[in-house]
Amino acid sequence: MSEAVKAEPRVIPYVSAINEGVRQVLLEQEDAFVAGEDVAGAGGVYGYYTGLLQEFGPERVYDTPISEKGIIGLGVGASATGCRPVVDLMFMDFIGECMDEIANQMAKMRYMFGGAATLPVTVLTMAGAGQNLAAQHSQSLEAWLAHLPGIKVLCPSNPYDAKGMTIAAARDDNPVFVVFNKASLALMGEVPEGSYEVPIGKAAVLREGKDLTIIGISRMVHEALAAADKLKELGLDVEVIDARSIQPFDTETVVNSIKKTHRALVVHEAVRFGGFGGEITAQIQEEAFDYLDAPVMRVGAPFSPVPFSPALEQIYMPNADSIVAEVKKKLEL
Amino acid sequence: MAAKKKAPVKKASPTKAKAKKPAAKKKPAAAKKVAPKKAVAKKGPSNQTLKELHLKMVRIRRFEEEAGRMMEDGKIPGALHLYVGEEAVASGVMQHLSNEDQVTSTHRGHGHLVAKGGEFKPMYAELFGRSTGYCGGKGGSMHICNMDLGMLGANGIVGGGPPIAMGAAFSAKFRKTNNVVVSFFGDGASNEGSVHEAANMAALYKLPCIFVCENNGYGEYTAQANHQAIVDVADRAAGYGMPGVVVDGMDVMAVYEAAGEAIERARNGAGPTLLECKTYRYYDHVGIRGMGMNYRTEEEVEEWKRRDAIQSFEKRLMQLKVMTAKQIQAVHDKVNKDIEVAIEFANNSPYPEPHELLENVYNEA
Repeated sequence: MSEAVKAEPRVIPYVSAINEGVRQVLLEQEDAFVAGEDVAGAGGVYGYYTGLLQEFGPERVYDTPISEKGIIGLGVGASATGCRPVVDLMFMDFIGECMDEIANQMAKMRYMFGGAATLPVTVLTMAGAGQNLAAQHSQSLEAWLAHLPGIKVLCPSNPYDAKGMTIAAARDDNPVFVVFNKASLALMGEVPEGSYEVPIGKAAVLREGKDLTIIGISRMVHEALAAADKLKELGLDVEVIDARSIQPFDTETVVNSIKKTHRALVVHEAVRFGGFGGEITAQIQEEAFDYLDAPVMRVGAPFSPVPFSPALEQIYMPNADSIVAEVKKKLEL
Repeated sequence: MAAKKKAPVKKASPTKAKAKKPAAKKKPAAAKKVAPKKAVAKKGPSNQTLKELHLKMVRIRRFEEEAGRMMEDGKIPGALHLYVGEEAVASGVMQHLSNEDQVTSTHRGHGHLVAKGGEFKPMYAELFGRSTGYCGGKGGSMHICNMDLGMLGANGIVGGGPPIAMGAAFSAKFRKTNNVVVSFFGDGASNEGSVHEAANMAALYKLPCIFVCENNGYGEYTAQANHQAIVDVADRAAGYGMPGVVVDGMDVMAVYEAAGEAIERARNGAGPTLLECKTYRYYDHVGIRGMGMNYRTEEEVEEWKRRDAIQSFEKRLMQLKVMTAKQIQAVHDKVNKDIEVAIEFANNSPYPEPHELLENVYNEA
């Protein structure tokens, strides 16, 4: 092939990347089906199932009642008996409706049965604030899931990962949650056509630096990158790591970075107190204490429900400025 | 058997709790019907089937009696919920199922596994927490299972089973098998939202799923009249658009007959049925004597025991000349011997090794 006809990199939005990921799963796995609220006829409330019913038919794509216990139970029972279901939890906040099916059934069945059950089930769900959806449709609850042995948890921050993680999740022979971010749906990014996997359990170094490592989860990665630009002006060379997979978590990549930078900041949109950043911080202290020149910094949402008013929601969510402010304060810049 | 009048307990004080005479009573609800009385009439089950039903019940009864005794003697760790008294339900239903047909069970699950073909040795070993148990000692009584037999696990969560059963039935239909899934649950579980969601979805998708409510009159220590305003859980079937059937759960033939119809219906693609079996547990919620809670009367227990499923069925087997008293005794002797051997096996089995603690949290393959 000549240089001239080499295709331009294909750039598509995050929402389309999810759609392509699910489509790819249905193409390559005949035991896979999709089920969830409004996913078939409507194509999903955020549209990432658009066209799948038309392409794969009603035997592969199912609308369910508004019944989260039933939806997750469907995923558990069907995956334990020979199917590879992809089920949708429309908003992550609805997890309260089905926490028993997740925590006591899905996460534990294999272990309780001494390995006799295998549950290749994928749960796709949508988290995050920024759309003025108030306290019950805006949370980031990934730490709830990461605390459950038996479940894997992925948090894609960009279109490439959204597609590749959806495919990786569906190929994995364990229950895997892919936690998307609703404020990232329009985010554009390079996405290959066809099938590829983003490996589960591997963080990504998005920007190299030597003075400070910022570890971000989901959309906060982009705020971390913006903060890195600002901190550059203050003379700090910042490395940014996208955690991507929080269960299993890639401690090694983080520790290797800190051995180089000697400083760390963890940022996520979830409430800071008790958030997954606390676990990352603990891992760093356990594995890299001798390399640290400063206490590990944490940035997260304040200890309150997500407010409705745009004026309040904007100050609720961490951003590049709040990351910079934390660094300046703690490092006395 | 002749239908007896129910005397449902209206008020719930334990002193007033009179034994309910639990038999099928016709209700006017359109979607509901009473199991036909033609139990052994028409082309009834073969003598072989009758003998198998009997064997299942005896195996469950003796397994549970010994398990309960060993728990109270401190030989079995943890808590056991025993199935003694309810044997006719598991036996009558399971008689229709192959290993490819699946069931989800309850916290009171040993009887379901025995009736599904579970063997005594790995069952006792599991209760003893040994590595030779069905779950390698990691599940215990409340999570005992055998996937190969189609027994998708006892469940420590009341109402945990039905959504899984619905999912398994969805899978059976999706994979274009001819298999069915039975979900056992109790009157207590019938008040869990999970059961509601599973029943609605099973009916919506016309899944080959049979919901068998083992109504033993108590949700743990709370009498049915104190936990729901209805007498027949099967009344709820109409709300899901599925047939509701009430049957005497102390009569194994009545259960066998009604379950057969529901299972055939499911296999034929006509969707789920809610089959309510009125039954009773002779023992406490946990163990045999349990924690000594005063929530039901001795008279009530004795009244149910007079209608014991095994004794009444043995009388019938002799009347029908299917089995002699001697043959029946031989069944008991054989089961007792098997139990003795199995307990010895469990007792001599090793505990899991420490490295097994972290195995099978995930599928690493």
